[in-house]
Amino acid sequence: MSLQLTTYIIVGLTFALYIGIAIWSRAGSTKEFYVAGGGVHPILNGMATGADWMSAASFISMAGLIAFMGYGGAVFLLGWTGGYVLLALLLAPYLRKFGKYTVPEFFKTRYYSDGAAIVAVICLLIASTTYIIGQMTGVGVAFSRFLGVSNNLGVLIGMAIVFVYAVFGGMKGITYTQVAQYCVLTLAYTIPAIFISLHLTGNPIPQFGLSSGFQGSDMYLLEKLDHIVKDLGFASYIATPRLSKLNMFVYTLSLMIGTAGLPHVIIRFFTVPKVKDARSSAGWALVFIAIVYTTAPSVAAMARLNLHATVNKAVLKGGDVFAPEASIKFEERPKWMQRWEVTGLLKFNDKNGDGRIQYYNDKSKNKDFLAKAEAAGWKGNELYVNNDIMVLANPEIAKLPNWVIGLVAAGGLAAALSTAAGLLLAISSAISHDLLKNMFMRDLSEKGELMAGRIAMACAIVVAGYLGMNPPDFAAGTVAIAFGLAASSIFPALMMGIFSKTMNRQGAIAGMIAGIGITMLYVFAHKGIFFIKGTEFLGLFGGKQNFFFGIEPNAFGTIGAIVNFIVAFAVKNMTAPVPHDIAEMVESVRYPKGAGAAAADH
Amino acid sequence: MVDKERLEAYWKKNLGLIRNILIIWFIFGYVLTILFVEPLNNIKLGGTPLGFWFAHQGSIYVFVALIFIYAKLIGKIDKEFDVEED
Repeated sequence: MSLQLTTYIIVGLTFALYIGIAIWSRAGSTKEFYVAGGGVHPILNGMATGADWMSAASFISMAGLIAFMGYGGAVFLLGWTGGYVLLALLLAPYLRKFGKYTVPEFFKTRYYSDGAAIVAVICLLIASTTYIIGQMTGVGVAFSRFLGVSNNLGVLIGMAIVFVYAVFGGMKGITYTQVAQYCVLTLAYTIPAIFISLHLTGNPIPQFGLSSGFQGSDMYLLEKLDHIVKDLGFASYIATPRLSKLNMFVYTLSLMIGTAGLPHVIIRFFTVPKVKDARSSAGWALVFIAIVYTTAPSVAAMARLNLHATVNKAVLKGGDVFAPEASIKFEERPKWMQRWEVTGLLKFNDKNGDGRIQYYNDKSKNKDFLAKAEAAGWKGNELYVNNDIMVLANPEIAKLPNWVIGLVAAGGLAAALSTAAGLLLAISSAISHDLLKNMFMRDLSEKGELMAGRIAMACAIVVAGYLGMNPPDFAAGTVAIAFGLAASSIFPALMMGIFSKTMNRQGAIAGMIAGIGITMLYVFAHKGIFFIKGTEFLGLFGGKQNFFFGIEPNAFGTIGAIVNFIVAFAVKNMTAPVPHDIAEMVESVRYPKGAGAAAADH
Repeated sequence: MVDKERLEAYWKKNLGLIRNILIIWFIFGYVLTILFVEPLNNIKLGGTPLGFWFAHQGSIYVFVALIFIYAKLIGKIDKEFDVEED
């Protein structure tokens, strides 16, 4: 059977599964629509959270990023997992006890003002919408690469599928489809990794393969890889941090508190029956996420090794990497390279006209290395490899059967669709529940609210689809905003709402605005106002790139969060104290049992 | 007011537990993986430098364990102070 047909069948089967689940789990009430009825088993909720959390970026791009950063890639691995500890200890159980449907609703009640809820809705809409653009573009790319349809048609198919199970099923439909999507994406991620690990190290478990010996040599895999990259003028795989140590520290923290503050993740913990379940469910979520996230460093290291070994024949044997015959002839490049050239993600440019591919770091700081490269007649790096290839081309590089390649396609789509659905729900509930029901149309009936939720969801899908087909130029840069927003505004305000009985409305609002404000200011200063090139105003921060102690804009959420806490407490001390009944409510949220559930009004 | 004292004692115990877990979280999330990664890299686990291993894999396992340990211990405290849900 041809690769194309196999892929169609596998992807078709997974889609049929999602739609089947959606029909079985239609939402009949607002409680089912917003929180899946509130009775989801903690393990299933953990799986759904895993699928919700692992986006197209996690599935397709993360291993590639790590492959080219080496040790420095740890910021993503640590940041995107460590946040769940904060979530489980500091937020999930208390928010579950609080018993509301949405994050802005928490702000509205705890900070007794519509203003706090509106700030939260704005943060949520910006963070979720920018995130969705990425997912929808991911859907388009995955379809066009694997199914041979145009990008736009790919986005349309993706929209139609999400429409069916998200609009009718609401949170209930999304939850159970995400469980299925989790299984698909994890199988798709681990199966190629198992084969590659077996091939390179003889150990079938990729996590162990990373620390195993390299087949056919007396060296360990990582040692070998570190040698190879250094031989080719790249920075050490084991020891090179991402910018400075402080930057790594702050970046990791920013991703952690951003993770714990992203609304589409938080609302998943409203769906379990009890406070106890919210705690363990966060643990299960991390178990399921860790299966993929601990496989990723192995995929990264092995893919990088495979890539170098393919292009330069001398690196494995420890021969002379500069020898002319070491670099492969362009004509003799493997089939998978030819296939990926079509997509533009892999490019060859014969700078010295010798018909061979020289792949090395021509920006190396090692003068000896550069001199040797020049003496060998190398005139610059000739191979361009996009990060994303590392996962997508993995099965082809390892010569795995067609069904595995089809499965990877289905996995990538599952990752993108599940995250898109979770984000769409966060958006639609913010509109139908927080804005309509809780602010502008308070007398809306349950039926009317359910209808409004579905209409909001449908509109959000259309907008997301449009943006996916016409991504704004700043789409890539906005991920920083999504995490920065969550880290600098939502997370601190939630924490203070739970742990401080005295934090009042004025303090919370001022803190959120100050936190987001300074973060956006820093990001815009580095990347341009609304990411428009040429409008950077670095002068404000001293005029140098990465001036503020070498912290990159993507990592600035941590500083924003600190500013948020400081401003909030300062303003609190200058304004009227928190009303007595609110303080009592905060107190009651601390105990799993009784003391009156905070939400009696549903 | 006995009830109030009991609840306050529960909350204090909970905060202490959270603090202890977060200290371990910080050690595995930041100290071993970022602040003191170089000296730790001199220790080899098979062929893998220990600091690198924690940064790329080990700490993730610890994070998973921490959540379940917290859930178990706080569950016990819930029972002890009789604030467990029915």
